Amino acid sequence: MLTAEDKKLIQQVWGKISSCQEEAGAETLERMFATYPQTKTYFPHFDLHHGSDQIRGHGKKVVAALGNAVKNVDNLSQALSELSNLHAYNLRVDPVNFKAGGGQGTGTWDGSMGAKPCFTLQLLAQCFQVVLAVHLGKDYTPEVHSAVDKFMSAVAAVLAEKYR
Amino acid sequence: MVHWSAEEKQLINSVWGKVNVEECGAEALARLLIVYPWTQRFFSNFGNLSSPTAIVGNPKVRAHGKKVLTSFGEAIKNLDNIKATYSKLSELHCDKLHVDPENFRLLGDILVIVLAAHFGRDFTPACQFAWQKLVGVVAHALARKYH
Repeated sequence: MLTAEDKKLIQQVWGKISSCQEEAGAETLERMFATYPQTKTYFPHFDLHHGSDQIRGHGKKVVAALGNAVKNVDNLSQALSELSNLHAYNLRVDPVNFKAGGGQGTGTWDGSMGAKPCFTLQLLAQCFQVVLAVHLGKDYTPEVHSAVDKFMSAVAAVLAEKYR
Repeated sequence: MVHWSAEEKQLINSVWGKVNVEECGAEALARLLIVYPWTQRFFSNFGNLSSPTAIVGNPKVRAHGKKVLTSFGEAIKNLDNIKATYSKLSELHCDKLHVDPENFRLLGDILVIVLAAHFGRDFTPACQFAWQKLVGVVAHALARKYH
């Protein structure tokens, strides 16, 4: 559950990346495609080369949506309702791709990973946190890390609500 | 057996060469206990874990973090046989410590974030790929002897 302190920290983080939001979005997606190649299966129509306009454009959308979630952190269900419908019914993205904390996708290096089923949405969250850590360095303190992880889990949960 | 490309090995080793094992290990373990507080259940004899500040400053957390990351170093020296490297530790974590293997994946993801915070842009997407693969392989090896 997000405490008042968590919400404050998340808003501060957002303030710190506001000047490079677009870049952060593109980088998050690039890292996700590089680290978890299975996520590329949702973008067969995209040019996935480094610096592609489509990645920049989509990254910008993703970060804007997260920013909207930050502004409406007390009512994530409503704020993300449209996106939840979109991802569940139209895009049908495996929610493991949104995961914060614990997701690692299905590795092709060993078929018998024995992991619990992960959600694709969760992989995006891990990459977003890596981008924040790269940009904020020491300012990505354990307390900030914890708040962002909780926030991304909450966002992923809302996006996955309509799946079934 | 896990296949590592020459590039992956190079990326892993070049990052590892610059890692302060004591600092990074301490930080990764502290963050595990802070971000996923239920993991504190495995460290009830570590003393004061009552707040992020207490956890970060706790000498037992620091020492254990160093131990954990030092063991990662063994995996890196033996990338072609990580399963054997972790065989005994896997038995230990199952039979004596009773740690749910999901926690190994959580620690792995945290370690990647710690490295990203330390190395900034030098922790490129290609680095992240190699390291997420490594932490995944380590987590799997640690879970392998569970029964």
